[in-house]
Amino acid sequence: MTDRMPCTAEAPHASFRVSRRGLLLGLGATMALGGTRAAFGQAPGERRFVVVLLRGALDGLYAVQPYTDPKLTELRAPLRLPEPGQPEGLLDLGGRFGLHPALSGLHGMYAANQALVVHAVAGPYRSRSHFEAQDLLEAGAEQRLTSGWLNRALQAMPSTGEVRPGLAVGSGVPLLLRGSAPVGSYSPPGMDRPSDDLMHRIAALQQADPQLGPAFREGMRARGFAETALGAGDTDPQRASFPRLAAAAGRLLAERGGPRVAALELGGWDTHAMQANRVVGPMRALDAGLVELRDALGSDWARTAVLVITEFGRTARANGNRGTDHGTGGIAFLLGGAVAGGRVVTDWPGLGPDGLLENRDLRPTADLRAVAKALLRDHLRLDPRAVAQAFPGSDGVGAMRGLLQT
Amino acid sequence: MTARRHIAPIRFGLGLRLGEAPPADPEAWLAAQLVGPGTPPLGGATTADAIRARAESITMRRQRDRTQAAQQGGAMAAAPQPGMAAGPPGRSPLAELLRSEMRLWAERRLDTPEPFRDRLVDFWMNHFTVSRRSGVVGALPGPLEREAIRPHVTGRFADMLVAVTRHPAMLVYLDNHVSIGPNSELGRRARRGLNENLAREVLELHTLSPAGGYTQGDVQQLARILTGWMVAMEREPFGFIWRPAAHEPGPKSLLGRRFGDGPDSQEAALRFLANHPATHRHLAVKLARHFVADDPPPAAVRALEEVLRRTEGDLGAAAQALITLPAAWEPPLGKFRAPQDFVLAATRASGLERPDFVVPALAALGQTIWSAPQPNGWPDKAGDWAGPEALMRRVDWAYTFCGRLGRADPAAVTEAALGPFARAETVSAMRGAGSVRDALTLLFASPEFMRR
Repeated sequence: MTDRMPCTAEAPHASFRVSRRGLLLGLGATMALGGTRAAFGQAPGERRFVVVLLRGALDGLYAVQPYTDPKLTELRAPLRLPEPGQPEGLLDLGGRFGLHPALSGLHGMYAANQALVVHAVAGPYRSRSHFEAQDLLEAGAEQRLTSGWLNRALQAMPSTGEVRPGLAVGSGVPLLLRGSAPVGSYSPPGMDRPSDDLMHRIAALQQADPQLGPAFREGMRARGFAETALGAGDTDPQRASFPRLAAAAGRLLAERGGPRVAALELGGWDTHAMQANRVVGPMRALDAGLVELRDALGSDWARTAVLVITEFGRTARANGNRGTDHGTGGIAFLLGGAVAGGRVVTDWPGLGPDGLLENRDLRPTADLRAVAKALLRDHLRLDPRAVAQAFPGSDGVGAMRGLLQT
Repeated sequence: MTARRHIAPIRFGLGLRLGEAPPADPEAWLAAQLVGPGTPPLGGATTADAIRARAESITMRRQRDRTQAAQQGGAMAAAPQPGMAAGPPGRSPLAELLRSEMRLWAERRLDTPEPFRDRLVDFWMNHFTVSRRSGVVGALPGPLEREAIRPHVTGRFADMLVAVTRHPAMLVYLDNHVSIGPNSELGRRARRGLNENLAREVLELHTLSPAGGYTQGDVQQLARILTGWMVAMEREPFGFIWRPAAHEPGPKSLLGRRFGDGPDSQEAALRFLANHPATHRHLAVKLARHFVADDPPPAAVRALEEVLRRTEGDLGAAAQALITLPAAWEPPLGKFRAPQDFVLAATRASGLERPDFVVPALAALGQTIWSAPQPNGWPDKAGDWAGPEALMRRVDWAYTFCGRLGRADPAAVTEAALGPFARAETVSAMRGAGSVRDALTLLFASPEFMRR
């Protein structure tokens, strides 16, 4: 799998240039390790694939706003952000769509052609239950399964040695990675902390309790939660936990002979009320985490693809609480040095009455499985049988083309 | 009726396990657990195992220190080799034993066939606290539980008091193993003397309580009586020994009663204290506080006290009386769960019954197994556990734990955790949660789950 090159006195500079060029072309890189220099090329076993699950349903229309769609203001005035170029405005994605300003790191990758957005996308299910939809998203099927699609993909991958090729990063192993292929897991010592939003929901449950209510409020105050400004959003040091996890994932994936496929999760997206405030914290955490992941991967970023998915989108209309409810179509982000980025990939259905699904949700015009299958086929280089095994019952859904650098 | 079926496992037990049906006849279910000797825990170290492991560990450490000192001395002259001196320090026999003992503790509580009985065991273990914060205790708490608490948990309090007081765990924790009668053979030769620690705590914590009206003189008298009950810590039998040479000769007067000297006097004095009316009163208050309310209703205390007096301290009868107290069955759930209850109940209800999760959880939530800060044991009132930061940590733990649950079914976990006591508000918040993890965190962080 590894081509070893003899170490010569002249080599370092030359190979560095080769490696730079290789990086830019997505062809691979050269690393100096002790006395030997090992070039990792296109071998399938050296590609990195990371899946980030956003639990709670990210509002795709909010994170990536179709700011030229004439219906946007009518449907969701409270959630509409200023157009690109205006103060605190969207970050432009090429004239039709704009990225939420909290995702500035991602925007940088987009500008470097290392990130793309798939818009108006959803899985095949039409469940609006978080739990069911997450299970189906992770199972990769239209019914619940006991294993996840990423685990089934791992079953087809060559083992790299003692280290498991698959890695769950965080407290648990998500269904996505569960199944007959053994996977490793990494969890930093100590305890996780719930998101701001979840803390406020818990506080609401405790509120009326004469003894626990006041103690809980005091505890939150001591930890720096704003007591009244629900979802002040960025007062939360514990948000740092996702970036920390992402950095750890990057370091582990960058190790020679280390894991090659990893999954991470980030919650806090279920924004039924005060969305503009509450979603800022999770977005900043996501953005910082993706940047950390890239930086920690170093030269391996060139052969990395990161897929960011959520169980469904949210209603096209804002609700009465400046939030959104469970919907259907949404977005997926795809980033990494291996990605043919700098584009919004979409067959835009429009937000008019004919465009919306059930006059309520963004109509999905792409199948998430088509995106994931493309990654298994073109990035991990799995054979068709293995791809079919990862997504059973999806024969009619072809892998999307052109998502990756060639 | 449904409520009672769920109250029994929550208030008297350790919570239902995932998928476990609540008992059809809750009173009978509880009463059955008080009959017979109970199911003993599988395995576990003996007192001798625990003391021997400690002795071996000390020897190993001394040897390592000596080798290290010698090598460092030699290495100075040549080249310094930091960290290479004695190789990595392996886990000591004591640390190994403790690890397996703690695991056993958690395993038992996760799958006990008699959760009410085990809760009583924990109640009495806490009443007779021995804490690892005193290093000499080592791995002795497990043996204390199996050898002195469990056999008497539905028996006589006097038998338990005697068994505990002469158990090496208690003797070393409260320093009786170094207490020497001033006029004993050893006392006259050595410069060491009486240690009142055990005697004071027996009177203050284990039996009469300060309300019993004993004096400093009584403490000294009991300390003299208890001399000679010692422990062989570094040689055979690695356990209790009776050393007449350390025993204070002559008669003693305890609470106005005369006790002779010799090997039977300790037990006679302890039995006298066990059946003192002040002791019954003290035990009744503590039992009622643990099972009924922080400030127990006087009627409940009186009923328990009366049973203890009438039966001469029959703890099985007291436990039976407890489950017939109307106040013990009244909703709502009012007792705040200490971390042990909280973690065990959440773990049992979730189906992820991993002892290796329970042990560190208790450390993180401030109730490390066998590590109460003082001889008076873990507190048994909400105010001591429900502080602001304690609640935050509890929620952190719940969130971390729920992250490991994966595909748990929130409805089934709620049913096991709370049954009809899950408030509509909590269920609705769970339905609105963005993930199973968040939903279950809301369940375990709800005020109703934090109580029993």
